[in-house]
Amino acid sequence: MGKPTAKSPRAQGPDPAPRSPWSRLFVRKGIPEMVYLPILSVFTAFVIGGFITAFSATTTLDAWSTFFQEPVRALAATWGTIREAYSAMFVGAFGNPIEVFRQVMSWIQTGESKALLASIRPLSESMVISTPYIIAGLAVAVGFRGGLFNIGAEGQLFVSGMAAAYVGYAVHGLPWFIHLPLAILAGALAGASWAAIPGYLKAATGAHEVINTIMMNYIAFRLTEFLLNGPMARPDGLPITPEVLATAYIPRLLPMPVRLHWGFFIALALAALVYWFLWKTTYGMEIRMVGANPRAARYAGISVTRITVLTMAISGALAGLAGTIHMLGVEHRMVRAFSPGYGFDAIALALLGNSHPLGVVLAALLFGFMRGGAARMQSLAGTPVELIRVIQGLVIVFIAAPEIIRGLYRLSSARLERLPQRRNADGV
Amino acid sequence: MQQSAMLSALIKNRRRNFTVGLFLIVEALLIFLLLGDTSGKVSTFVLAITRAGTNIGAPDLVVPTWSSILALGTLVGVTALWQLIRGFQRTNAVVISMVAVGIAAFLIWATRDKSLNLTGMLVSSVIRATPIALAALSGLYSERSGVVNIGIEGMMLMGAFVSVVAASVAGNLYVGFAAGILAGVVLALLHAVLSIRYSVNQIVSGTSIIILSLGLTSYIFRAFIDPPHPELNSPGSPLAAVAIPFLWRIPVVGPILFNQSPIIYILFMLLIATQIFFYSTKWGLRIRSVGENPKAADTLGINVSRLRYISVLISGGIAGLGGAYMSIGSVGFFNEGMSAGKGFLGLAAMIFGNWNPGGAFLGSLVFGFFDSWQEKLSILQVGVPTELLGMAPYIATMIVLAGFIGRSRMPAADGTPYEKQ
Repeated sequence: MGKPTAKSPRAQGPDPAPRSPWSRLFVRKGIPEMVYLPILSVFTAFVIGGFITAFSATTTLDAWSTFFQEPVRALAATWGTIREAYSAMFVGAFGNPIEVFRQVMSWIQTGESKALLASIRPLSESMVISTPYIIAGLAVAVGFRGGLFNIGAEGQLFVSGMAAAYVGYAVHGLPWFIHLPLAILAGALAGASWAAIPGYLKAATGAHEVINTIMMNYIAFRLTEFLLNGPMARPDGLPITPEVLATAYIPRLLPMPVRLHWGFFIALALAALVYWFLWKTTYGMEIRMVGANPRAARYAGISVTRITVLTMAISGALAGLAGTIHMLGVEHRMVRAFSPGYGFDAIALALLGNSHPLGVVLAALLFGFMRGGAARMQSLAGTPVELIRVIQGLVIVFIAAPEIIRGLYRLSSARLERLPQRRNADGV
Repeated sequence: MQQSAMLSALIKNRRRNFTVGLFLIVEALLIFLLLGDTSGKVSTFVLAITRAGTNIGAPDLVVPTWSSILALGTLVGVTALWQLIRGFQRTNAVVISMVAVGIAAFLIWATRDKSLNLTGMLVSSVIRATPIALAALSGLYSERSGVVNIGIEGMMLMGAFVSVVAASVAGNLYVGFAAGILAGVVLALLHAVLSIRYSVNQIVSGTSIIILSLGLTSYIFRAFIDPPHPELNSPGSPLAAVAIPFLWRIPVVGPILFNQSPIIYILFMLLIATQIFFYSTKWGLRIRSVGENPKAADTLGINVSRLRYISVLISGGIAGLGGAYMSIGSVGFFNEGMSAGKGFLGLAAMIFGNWNPGGAFLGSLVFGFFDSWQEKLSILQVGVPTELLGMAPYIATMIVLAGFIGRSRMPAADGTPYEKQ
């Protein structure tokens, strides 16, 4: 790997270990690259996102048109726009801390909880959004560990949501402790079988899973549209499924308007489960072996075919759980706009989290809170929600090419290891 | 050792022949199922079409529904039996032609007691195939040099967006096309730097380009264009079709091939030029060698990185042109996420075509045909929901990729970064 690092423009200074405040902050203290690289990547992406925000606001552009008369005003306007957008995002994501504190105090004094619940709603919404992010991110991460790109998480989310919705509204008369697990199981199975198809095709014929999972996405979208327009439409004909019976709801923690449900904790438990599975079980080790070096795995007597199908099925089951839990916990019915792209964003999450469950959870919380705050940012500061997708794209670029970040912050590269590069594409 | 390998290849081959035969039998049975209520009905295919006020005449093609479906089904059945008993030498060609026969039978069935403008359907197939074919060509340049380019989808989206804005600002479509191509090249440069210089996993790099383009185009669209400045999304009417003198009056073929948008002619020229470039020029040979065996090419003094950079940039330019065609070339505006998988379909068409320009174009035509049949069949009201018909191109892609029609051979070093020792 020596070559690309040596080629990176700034790392090649006269000083073998260039001194920069960033280097002192992270590298000298012995903090592993795995930790500070994502942090710096996210930070840089936010800075660039801030400039994009600033220079797409008319107030900033007006101020810059008179830059030579009033340079300070231009700079102040730029800073003001960035601050306004990001602070709106922050308040949208966490709620207003002062307000929350005030409401807690008044709740203690009066016992009136309505205002308190309203004030923590933003925080709960961010956690609600983080839930499918965590699980879908785990889905893609398991695929990565097995050397497979599951770009089809989005489609798996949809088919599993439809399957769980069907079990949720069409099966009557069950107590909740049977109905709810049944619906979740239906969703997980739907996702698993949807993903197992490209897995099988990859294993049996070598057809690349990237294109096949994308094709399965489009097929899933058409299937969802078909089912919503006909067989599974509500009796009044709207393209929405009937509401899931209350026995299949994932219970909420607190009364409305706080929509936080137990699914969030299921997601955290799943992360622990995935960690245990990948690192503490034989199957997990076989998946990681096939991902790291399929040829070596084959010589070690592992059936690469079986593991490939298994990896995709597990990945699909997780993606299915993401859709199912989101549907049973929040939406309670299926609509075409069910997911704003949880499955696609999951790719960025898995990369950002280095395909490690803990990393994925942290990345998912970050993106969940970003998306939670983005709506408020759009309504208050007028910055379109799509900004966060730009930030996501930048984060992937920086994570994938750590040399950019190293060069940017003049980090000494002496003791740094490249993020593990997984098996390369073979034939797209 | 040698012998057992040959034997296992033979067994594999036999099993494959059997699978193909079984597939054909199922197809024949499905065709016979269509016979249902078709006795005494006729299917009318209109071949005439009106272009520029002139009716390019051709007599209607009227076929009796029942007997033609029966004939086509029997043809497939006989082929299947032959395949099971004797086996064909070229199963690929057999499968492709039999699938075509099946589609013909379905069209005849769908048109019973109705009429379908076949020429119009083929014209729209070519139009819909164009962005896919451009994406396929784009993928061809990149992958022939050994760089997988998943990001074509994003490059097309960006090309579509930038070309609309540039054409709206300049008031000139050609400026728009140039800007769209440039946008594709810029994104390709990012892909090239990431995957060639930094040896980033090429799929990760491509994915990041897709996400980045989706985000940037939607962001700028909503921040600047959609509510505040709709005039930036009005590049004027798309390029008019240009009729090639004399040739355009040929019945059926004329409207399909010789009375189309200039971009489609450019596509035809690009296809021919690509074929000549790769197989008859020194530089084409070098690019292919870099994609097959970069180490050997390097030993012979070929600059691997430079050739890969050039190929990826060309790839980006063609993808940008494809994107520009989607917006200012055909519909005349930009929509969020309007590339809608065309880039991926292009990659699938390229694989279908075994990394050759001609084959890739053929694959694109198949996708274009399926794309237009969804629309035409929903007009005919065949009773099959449009959403299910809309799955056809994607299912077709998966069948193709599964190597049903034979494993294709990709460039040997495709997807592997080359690091000079």
